[in-house]
Amino acid sequence: MKSNQKILAYPYVVWLVIFIVVPLILVLYFSLSFRDGGLTLENYRRFMTPIYGKVLYRSLKLAFISTVFCLILGYPMAMIIARADISKRNLMVLLFVLPMWMNFLLRTYAWMTLLGKNGVINNVLGYFNLPTLNLLYNNGAVILGMIYNFIPFMVLPIYSVLAKMDKTLIEAAKDLGANEITVFRKVTFPLSLPGVITGITMVFMPAVSTFVIPKLLGGGQFMLIGNLVEQQFTYVYDWNFGSAISIIMMIFILIAMAITTKYEDPAEESGGLW
Amino acid sequence: MSQNIIDLKNITKIFDDETLVLDNINLYIRKNEFLTLLGPSGCGKTTTLRIIGGFEYPTEGDVFFEGKRINDLPPYKRQINTVFQKYALFPHMNIFENIAFGLRIKKMPEKEIKIKVEEMLQLVGLQNFAKRSVESLSGGQQQRVAIARALVNEPEVLLLDEPLGALDLKLRKGMQIELKKIQQEVGITFVYVTHDQEEALTMSDTIAVMNEGKIQQIGTPEDIYNEPKTAFIADFIGESNIVKGIMIRDYLVEFANRTFECVDKDFGENTEVEVVVRPEDIEITSAETGMLKGEVITSTFKGVHYEMIVKENGRHWMIHSTDMAPVGSYIGMNIGPDLIHIMEKGA
Repeated sequence: MKSNQKILAYPYVVWLVIFIVVPLILVLYFSLSFRDGGLTLENYRRFMTPIYGKVLYRSLKLAFISTVFCLILGYPMAMIIARADISKRNLMVLLFVLPMWMNFLLRTYAWMTLLGKNGVINNVLGYFNLPTLNLLYNNGAVILGMIYNFIPFMVLPIYSVLAKMDKTLIEAAKDLGANEITVFRKVTFPLSLPGVITGITMVFMPAVSTFVIPKLLGGGQFMLIGNLVEQQFTYVYDWNFGSAISIIMMIFILIAMAITTKYEDPAEESGGLW
Repeated sequence: MSQNIIDLKNITKIFDDETLVLDNINLYIRKNEFLTLLGPSGCGKTTTLRIIGGFEYPTEGDVFFEGKRINDLPPYKRQINTVFQKYALFPHMNIFENIAFGLRIKKMPEKEIKIKVEEMLQLVGLQNFAKRSVESLSGGQQQRVAIARALVNEPEVLLLDEPLGALDLKLRKGMQIELKKIQQEVGITFVYVTHDQEEALTMSDTIAVMNEGKIQQIGTPEDIYNEPKTAFIADFIGESNIVKGIMIRDYLVEFANRTFECVDKDFGENTEVEVVVRPEDIEITSAETGMLKGEVITSTFKGVHYEMIVKENGRHWMIHSTDMAPVGSYIGMNIGPDLIHIMEKGA
């Protein structure tokens, strides 16, 4: 029985080795070598210049802001869904997930037509003789795009933790004298932390590395680290430097995750990604 | 009125506009008494408790606490605490923090909190458990923490919703005695919900038997057991033989094709009634001298007594006796006048 179960794991192990472990080692190797072979730290040293530091800083900052907004907007939404009747609940979750079935690029292009100089919003403003706004190609547009695209990843894990939460715990807290605010502060929120951490992880990681959103909504002038990596691989053909940036980015994501996971109760494993 | 801590007046509860859960309940609870709401599952006993606790709003009727109407008071403003069926301890806090929860909300000084929590841990016998996590405790220990967490707030009334339901038999017996002791020590009103009739009889000062959203009888455990008002109660509290009979006149009843003297009256003449006889109240005699005769079908040893089923004219009688009659033998059965309980039919 036991050996049978082990056999079932082999296809995945093979997959894991070919498509995850080997490429990771390759990326690491590329990052530590010259274009024509020979080991070096030159690629990493090159990143330690102010220009690239700025790109990294801007990427982390925008990803951080987007994650915070996703949390502020997503938590109440998750709560509303979790408290709704079962029949309404499924519909609400579906509405949240439905846009994700559409192509990611298409959705981001849609924002361009909404925000553009001659876009829908400015047309409406012009109709009422109001001054038009520069909505596209700035930090705000990039953050908006990130929030729009990644907020389901915040809402769903929080929702699933809240929906599973034992309602009698809330009643017990009220019974012991806690009003609605205290119940949230002392019971509901602490118990939903695993979901919050998963949500943060799942929003922050793609937000920090995305290159489509800054490219389309940031107009290319707002280069983020994802764009930098893309550029190295597709235009400059400097795979070695691109690999080094990727590794650096991974390290930063790992650090960010380590910080968030620290605030999680080690005994509580349900719903957590780490 | 003044000595009643809780009054329920004409309480009706309808769920989802169609399910009648409580049907015009009237109940008063005296200060410092141990009152048990007893009934089968779905009888509305937990809903009654939740209305007192403030977790459900009565569709009709009023809840009074020390004479003041509290229908609209949220749970956190009531001087009532609850021990929940599945304990509902906060998993993200240790035992100390769980018990201190209510005191922290009241902004009690840290020093006082420490003293009170230690006191409570002492009361429930968990002195060295303050720093332990909830999940490291057994069911019985979690139960004690839940009781301590409620009692530390010094409520006027403690509500307990089948608190021993999840414990095994032996632990349950121990906790029954302990709960009763705690109630007498702290001297507050306990309202206890259970479907276990033995538990109710052991612990309560007063029992309210409920069925299908109505209170069937309120009384002391002795009253309820010895003088059940309805056949349902007689059947639910302990085991009973229930047969159809006719009340010929006062003090004379006919059942099983003969007449019996009894101690009941005021049913009128020739009224159809139900007759309840406890299995332990049937005396075994020889077939010749017995009021009723029958054949022993089964005989089971139950520890203190034997349980026998006797077939008499197509009727089955259950007998509990320390004397054993072998299967297949014919025996006589005698029932004393004061051991025959007459119930109104269909009540």
